[in-house]
Parts: sequence; C-alpha cells; structure tokens
Amino acid sequence: MSTPRQRVYGYLAEFHSAAALYQAAEKVRAAGFQRWDCYSPYPIHGLDAAMGIKRSVLPWLVFFGGLTGTVTAFTLAYTTQVVIFPTVVQGKPANIFTLPAFFPVMFELTILFASCTAFFGLLSLIQLPRLNHPLFASKQIHRGTDDGFFIAIEARDGNFSSTATRALLVDIGGSNIELVTEEDGC
Amino acid sequence: MASTTQPAPEAPHTGPKLPVLERESLVLNERSYHWITERVCGVIENPQPPLWWWLFIPCALIAVIGVGGGLFYLVSTGVGVWGNTNRVMWGWPIVNFVFWIGIGHAGTLISAILYLTRQNWRTSINRAAEAMTIFAVMCAGLFPAFHIGRVWMAWFLAPVPNANGIWQNFKSPLLWDVFAVSTYFTVSLIFWFLGMVPDLGTIRDRCQPGLRKIIYGVLALGWRGGNRQWSHYEMAYLLLAGLATPLVISVHSVVSFDFATSVVPGWHTTIFPPYFVAGAIFGGFAMVLTIMVPARFVYGLQDLITIKHIDNMAKIILLTGTIVGYAYLMELSVAFYSGSAYEMDAFKFRIAGPYWWAYVAMLVCNVIAPQVFWWRACRENLWVVMIVAMFVNVGMWLERFVIIVTTLARSWLPGDWKTYSPTHVDVMLFLGTLGLFFSLFLLFLRFLPCINIVEVKWAKRESDPHHTARLEYPDPGVVTEPAYQRELAQISNLKSQITTLP
Repeated sequence: MSTPRQRVYGYLAEFHSAAALYQAAEKVRAAGFQRWDCYSPYPIHGLDAAMGIKRSVLPWLVFFGGLTGTVTAFTLAYTTQVVIFPTVVQGKPANIFTLPAFFPVMFELTILFASCTAFFGLLSLIQLPRLNHPLFASKQIHRGTDDGFFIAIEARDGNFSSTATRALLVDIGGSNIELVTEEDGC
Repeated sequence: MASTTQPAPEAPHTGPKLPVLERESLVLNERSYHWITERVCGVIENPQPPLWWWLFIPCALIAVIGVGGGLFYLVSTGVGVWGNTNRVMWGWPIVNFVFWIGIGHAGTLISAILYLTRQNWRTSINRAAEAMTIFAVMCAGLFPAFHIGRVWMAWFLAPVPNANGIWQNFKSPLLWDVFAVSTYFTVSLIFWFLGMVPDLGTIRDRCQPGLRKIIYGVLALGWRGGNRQWSHYEMAYLLLAGLATPLVISVHSVVSFDFATSVVPGWHTTIFPPYFVAGAIFGGFAMVLTIMVPARFVYGLQDLITIKHIDNMAKIILLTGTIVGYAYLMELSVAFYSGSAYEMDAFKFRIAGPYWWAYVAMLVCNVIAPQVFWWRACRENLWVVMIVAMFVNVGMWLERFVIIVTTLARSWLPGDWKTYSPTHVDVMLFLGTLGLFFSLFLLFLRFLPCINIVEVKWAKRESDPHHTARLEYPDPGVVTEPAYQRELAQISNLKSQITTLP
C-alpha cells in the first residue's frame, strides 16, 4: 500500500463564448505553448488556424485505403473469373476485356476500404477509445459537451508554470480557473 | 499565416444598395446551447410518454410474429410455402427488398449530399434519417438472404472458396448487389455511429455514475471535445460524406441493374438507374416525414424541427416525385418509339392488363399526390404533409410491384403466363418488416440522441467565432415536458395575439 499522490494535469479555464475562445486561443498560441487544447461543444470554424493546428493527414490515409480497395477488388475478380475459373456467361469474355463488368465491385470495395480507413484512421489519430483521460477528473469539463468553452494547458508543456500560466489565463479572459489533478495510483 | 483574420478588401460599389436579408433561423425562439442539450437528451432521460409503449408493443409483436414466425415457418417447411414456385418467382420478396433499400436512401442523401452542399437545415433531421437508413437496410437484407432458397447457404454469396471450387460470377448484377448493399450498410453504420460519438459524450457527461454512464461512456469512446480531436473528426466526417455520396447513387443504380441488364421487355431500359435513384430519394423522404412529424410532436421538438425543415422536405418530394413522373412517361415514350412489339406489349399489359389498378394507383400516389406541394399552404399544413407522405409510401411500394410483377407475369413464353397473387407468408413477412422497422426506430428514439446536438449547435448564428454580440441566456434548468408544453402554448398564444392586432 502506498499513499495516493496527486499528479497535476494542468490548468483548465472557461471562456464565455466561441468568439472569446477563438481570441484566447490565438494568445495562448502566441505565448508559445505546445501541449494545450480548446474544448467546445461543437467544432468552431477557424479555430484550427487560431491554434496553429496543421491540416489533418486523414485524406492521404483514406486515399491509399481506397486504392487498396480498388486493387483488392480487381485482383479478386480477375483471379477468380479469368485465372482460376474462367466462365463465359452473358456473352462476356473471360480475359482482361471483362474489366467493365468488374467496375461495380471495384467501385464498391474502393468506397468500403476508404470508409473503414477513415473510421479507424480517425480513431488512431485522435487516440480513442480512451476512457480514462485525466481531464475527466475536472469538475467542470462535463460542460464542454454541453455549453462550456474551455482551454486546458498541460503541465507537461515546457512553458508551463504554476503562477505565470494561471496569470496568462486570467489575462486572456478565462474564468473558473481550475488546477486539474489526477490521483496517481503508484 | 491564416491565424490572423484579414478584413476583406473593400470593393468599390457603384450600383444601388440592396438590403441583405437575414437567414431564417433554424432553431426557433432563441434557444441557448444548454436548452438544446436539455431538450434532446430529455427525450432519452425523461420517462417515455405512454404513447411510446402503445406503439412499441404492437410493433414488436408484429415483428416477432411476422418476421420471427414467418421465417421460422418458411425455413422449417421449405420455400414452397412462399409462393415463388410460379413464373413470378421474384414476387413480393424482391418488391419488398427494393422498397426497403430505397427507403434508406433519403437518410444518406440528407446526411451526405446535403452536408456537401452546405444545407444547414439538414442538421436537425439527419440523425433520425440515418437511423432510418440502417433499419431499412436491415429489413431489406432479410429478403434476398431468404429468397435464395436455402438460407444456410447464404454464405455462398461471399467470395470465399467453397468445396466445389466454383467462384461467384463477378459479371452478374446479383453479385454486384451483394457488394453494393453490404458496403452501403457498413458505410451507413460507420457514418451514423461516428456522427453520434460527440452526442453520446454529452449524454455520458449528464449521467449519474452507474451502469448507464458506463454504457454511454464506452459508446462515446472517451470523447472529450478538444479541438485537436474536432480537427480530425471534421475531416473524417467530410471524407465519409464525400464517399457516401457516390455510394448512395451507386447502390440503387446497381439494384436497378438487376432489372436493366436483363433482356426482359419493360426492364431493359437505360433510364432505370437515374429513375430508381430519384424514386428511392422520393420514397425515403416520405418515410422521414412519416416518422419525424409524429416524433416532433410527441417529444416536443418543434423548436428544432421547424416548419422550414418540413417545407424543404416537401419541396424535395415534389421535385423527385416529378422526376419519377417524367420517368414513367419516358418509359412509355421509349417503348412506343422503339417500335418493338414486345416492349410495347409489356407496357400495354401494365396499363390495361389485370394489374391496371396498381399502375393507376402508382400514378396517383407518386405523381399526382405530391403536386399539392406547389402550394405553400399545403407544405406547411402537417395533415396534408402526412397524408401525401402516406400516399408516397404506398405509391413507391406499388411502383416496385408494377415493375416486378406485371413484367414477370407476361414473360416470353405464353405457357409461363400467370396471374400472381401473394401467399400468407408474403404478407406476414412484409408486415413483419414494417413492425421490425418501427420498433427499431422507437428503440432508437428511446436510447440514442434522435437529433444531432452538435450540428444543431454548430448551425446557430452565434456559433461563428466572429459573431461578436455577447450572449446572455437565462439558465433554463431542467426542461420538463409539461413546463415546455406550457411554454410553447404561451408562445403560440402570444403570436396569435400579435397577428390579430389591427
């Protein structure tokens, strides 16, 4: 048995509107923080740029996912229809010129593979499912999925300081500033 | 860098200044974010109205008896009891398959195509419409799976090697259908679930600790709503919308290939794919209205699903119904112009044969009934909207009946000619899928957020970060059903007083 210790996750500050959050995000970014995030009940237009987040790489993953689908479908159709078991039905040949008849399946598998890539790619990019995030220890973060706008600056960030970061958050208009801690069970 | 917003360059303006009309608000009565959360989550959290049970119990019973009992009888006895032994072997099962798969299309249209075209009014109806898609495709999938005859051989549809070393025929539209429908179901499920993750997070955050919180918490995947998540999330949603848009068009096109690539007079036409897609959207929107207009009343969602939403859906029904009417006429015109005796005879049989009543009813329901939506008063009168939606539901089923039954009843060989009538198993299964569909939808209303909370909030005017007016809303507290109904009555009372002033 050991005494549970409190580990500091960071500061959480509330802002009264999307506009206030947007302006505050620009200032936090200008202060040079790296490990921080804005929490809002809906995606806010333009906040990515205000926070300096790069465009998602997901389209590239999805493109190659879709390409895999096309190739899979073609290989499947060509191998089974032409190589392994050539059948001449519906007056269609059993060679490479059968290709147009394979298009529907190629199209569907492209969409299927691309969509699955979008889903699982997203989950890996945003690192979900994760049910135990330290932020859930906060007493007010539940309002972030309702009507609250928050900024959380993590203690792991190199620029974090227990006094200066708090002062910054007050300065840019944050209220209800909370030091989020989690129990460290080691 | 894009981090600082530049003011737009002032272009010299010379012409007359036109007033900029304000957009119609999608959420009525200036509701706050918290109000929206309360209202939508309240549908799940408040005790269900007795009407829910009055609807759910009969629907579930019909589903159990119709689908459960019907399929048990069918499989244990043999497909002979299905009435598919005569020449019209596709019969009701495929009529129902095409009917249900078509219903699903409106859901994807609302969630994907209207998303890409930035139609913000979709936000309050897309969740329910997507749920409808999933349930309709489930009902649809039942029919071909059992229609193959020996359902335990259904895995032969999948391209896996079997003991005979025979592979599926990739040149056949029936196999294309297998791929199209299963892809459609999977992608719709992903799209629906992904759209629901943030809302499930909202419900999780409102739950008291306990089993309920754990279940919603697991379903929400630990969603936190940070912008580093939103950034990828929005991209994924956009990509899925972009993928689902061609998919939804392809699915009903492939379904129509089942008919169009055959050499049967009346089916072998190039107009089938667009005609089927328009018909599917048409029938789907009617079903969305059929289920959402009552749900809007029962759960008091009048501020979120407004008359504007219903008006827009009525306009889409009018447009697609007219496209379908054009397709009916074009079919006749092409049959006449082809000069082919068989083609002309097929349509003569449709119009004047023993199934003339189905053809006439189809025209009345699908082409004539929606024409009332040219008038604004009809689009805004919910009774008229519901009646037309019912007409369309019936009409779209009849359309598939006309296409399948009247064509197969008069095949090439006169010896094959039959007058088709359904068996009791057909009726049981069809009613059973209706029961299944509605009971699944009622369960959805009971347990999952029926309105996309996130997108409704997002579409509000003050959600734009450049909206500078400071907003102060009174805290609505817990919005109970009676309090809300009283409030709505007060508002309408006030409005009527304003309009009756001299």
